[in-house]
Amino acid sequence: MSNYNFAYLDEQTKRMIRRAILKGLAIPGYQVPFASREMPMPYGWGTGGVQVSAAVLTPEDTFKVIDQGADDTTNAVSIRTFFERTAGVETTTATCDATVIQTRHRIPEEALQEGQILVYQVPIPEPLRFLEPRESETRKMHSLEEYGLMHVKLYEDISRHGHIATSYAYPVKVEGRYVMDPSPIPKFDNPKLGDMAAIQLFGAGREQRIYALPPYTQVVSLDFEDHPFEASKADHPCGMCGATDSYLDELIVDDAGGRMFVCSDTDYCEARQAAGHKGKDAA
Amino acid sequence: MIELRDVSKTFTLHNQGSAVIEVINDVSFSVAAGECVALTGASGAGKSTLMRMIYGNYLTQAGKILIDGLDIVQAQPREVITLRRDVLGYVSQFLRVVPRVPTLDVVAEPLRALGIPSDQAQGRAAALLEQLNIPQRLWSLSPTTFSGGEQQRVNIARGFAHNYPAMLLDEPTASLDAANRKVVLSLIEDAKARGAAIIGIFHDEAARDRVCDREIDVGRYTPGIAA
Amino acid sequence: MTPLLSVQGITKRYGNHIGCADVSFDLYPGEVMGIVGESGSGKSTLLNCMAGHLTPDAGQVVFDTRTDGPRDTITMSEPERRMLGRTDWAFVHQHARDGLRMGVSAGGNVGERLMAVGARHYGDIREQATDWLGRVEIDASRVDDRPTTFSGGMQQRLQIARNLVTGPRLVFMDEPTGGLDVSVQARLLDLLRGLVRDMGLSAIIVTHDLAVVRLLADRLMVMKDGHVVEAGLTDQVLDDPQHAYSQLLVSSVLQV
Repeated sequence: MSNYNFAYLDEQTKRMIRRAILKGLAIPGYQVPFASREMPMPYGWGTGGVQVSAAVLTPEDTFKVIDQGADDTTNAVSIRTFFERTAGVETTTATCDATVIQTRHRIPEEALQEGQILVYQVPIPEPLRFLEPRESETRKMHSLEEYGLMHVKLYEDISRHGHIATSYAYPVKVEGRYVMDPSPIPKFDNPKLGDMAAIQLFGAGREQRIYALPPYTQVVSLDFEDHPFEASKADHPCGMCGATDSYLDELIVDDAGGRMFVCSDTDYCEARQAAGHKGKDAA
Repeated sequence: MIELRDVSKTFTLHNQGSAVIEVINDVSFSVAAGECVALTGASGAGKSTLMRMIYGNYLTQAGKILIDGLDIVQAQPREVITLRRDVLGYVSQFLRVVPRVPTLDVVAEPLRALGIPSDQAQGRAAALLEQLNIPQRLWSLSPTTFSGGEQQRVNIARGFAHNYPAMLLDEPTASLDAANRKVVLSLIEDAKARGAAIIGIFHDEAARDRVCDREIDVGRYTPGIAA
Repeated sequence: MTPLLSVQGITKRYGNHIGCADVSFDLYPGEVMGIVGESGSGKSTLLNCMAGHLTPDAGQVVFDTRTDGPRDTITMSEPERRMLGRTDWAFVHQHARDGLRMGVSAGGNVGERLMAVGARHYGDIREQATDWLGRVEIDASRVDDRPTTFSGGMQQRLQIARNLVTGPRLVFMDEPTGGLDVSVQARLLDLLRGLVRDMGLSAIIVTHDLAVVRLLADRLMVMKDGHVVEAGLTDQVLDDPQHAYSQLLVSSVLQV
């Protein structure tokens, strides 16, 4: 192992972060401030998620990182390698084998189990930010449960587009109390947030906030009675594995505008292909 | 209905060496329901001042002014407001309205303030405007653009929209032609007949003789002006 | 009769400087009260103390709440006071952009208070918003436009609609017609008068424009150097002012 302390951060810092995580778990959906550290990567590359992962990892853990569902993108590979080197933990791409999964912008298709931890990278933790820029005011709104403004945002969506056009970072209400930004996951993933067996932790490095959902927490996507929430996805089967129930990425495959839809969750897609499922575009 | 007891009024002009001007001294009289009393006296005798005191527009320094049992001199603003809405009407010489409000609504407003529905109030307003010979094409326009005589008639229509039990009329027939003068006088007679107590200022002697039961010479109560 | 608002001995100092001193009055349901005075006379300080935007150093602001009767809003908990602020109270700012969300459509601006008190049916919210736009004489076709595309007068009317949509009982207005053209002012005054009458609103209007209070206010308070120097019926104070300062104020108005 290298000369770094286990998982890069010093023990004092990890304790501080763990305290923030425990507080977050005790008050689901509440944004706990924490003293975010400088990490050896730029803001926006998951510094919040990395610090949370560092604080929860143990030497026995198996670690997985996904970026937009994929295990093989730059961001995922570099964070995975970071913990391989600084913590020496096992890594995997298989969702079911991982004990800690750090994610950017997706929830794995395969249902998570008790004992697993899902760590989200969060760019902007404050769901009210875009309508009310004053942090002092948004904090007050959270503490007093003044969430009318959140519906103003959805109202604007419908008035402009005829339907709720917000398709990612779709706001949710946790246990009937705090309104929370679920990080920029597609709203297709929103139903998975609620009643999940695994622990969900959210880390925002630049914004210095941590929040959490303990297992089996009630999470409701905000909506209107006459414009109910819909978990939408592209209306196609996966071109590689033929799955009809997974979230799809649209790929442009040639200069003539040819395109195909494939699962954004690479592990899910590969596992299905290995089991013999085949889509129309599979070689 | 209207009763004045030992009423006096002074103006203190703080910005002109705190000059104190006595304008009314020790007036007492009363007006019963169905009675019309004229205030007379030379110009500057304080007729309009006295009328404004009765309306609560000018403060009274001493005495009591009882209208329907309420002493205007001591009353709270909200009591005066209620009295003016329900009991005490006032036709001044000047029309004071929000610009651009249609004439019909200006006339209907006292009724709307009493909670009478819009169409009913407008119906009454239309009848009065018609009676006072304001052409219908003007009803949707603001009276601020009307001639002096037309404004005066709009003002009268507004003053008579509600059947006030007590009324103050400041020169209601001034600047009116013979036909309209007749209409106004008959409005006053109708008001008397239904039991309104009226105090009026009329320079028009014939009008005064026709509608007024008594005269009160305000000059007698004005210090410095010979009675 | 219980006053809707009973203000007792409100005092606010800024260091050694007096904002307003020992102001007391009762406001009854349906009454409109004007507060006049020149800049720096303390009228805006007083308004902000009453509306809960500033905490006075002394005094009480007792409001007759719907559920619990008269309550001192200064000692009331902040959530309760803020709840009042979006239900029974309304505040119309001089500058519409202080009272509007400029990045949100007209409909969203009007609907916000409805959503803040729990409305969750888009169609109903939109219908009410459109209805209110009509009541403040803004064409229904503008419901999805942002206030940045509105004229000053329209913005002010939109702000009024946004404030009145939840049927408040008390409206605080800070120079509501300030900065508008005279013709636009007249239209706004007429609108406000109609709304006050039809909704049975009580209002407190701070202004330095005596013509505005003559047309809108039943009662008037004249302030100078933080103190109320004269109070009474509006037309009485304007036509027969008693205090030296009120006389000066009234005689200083240019006759048109």
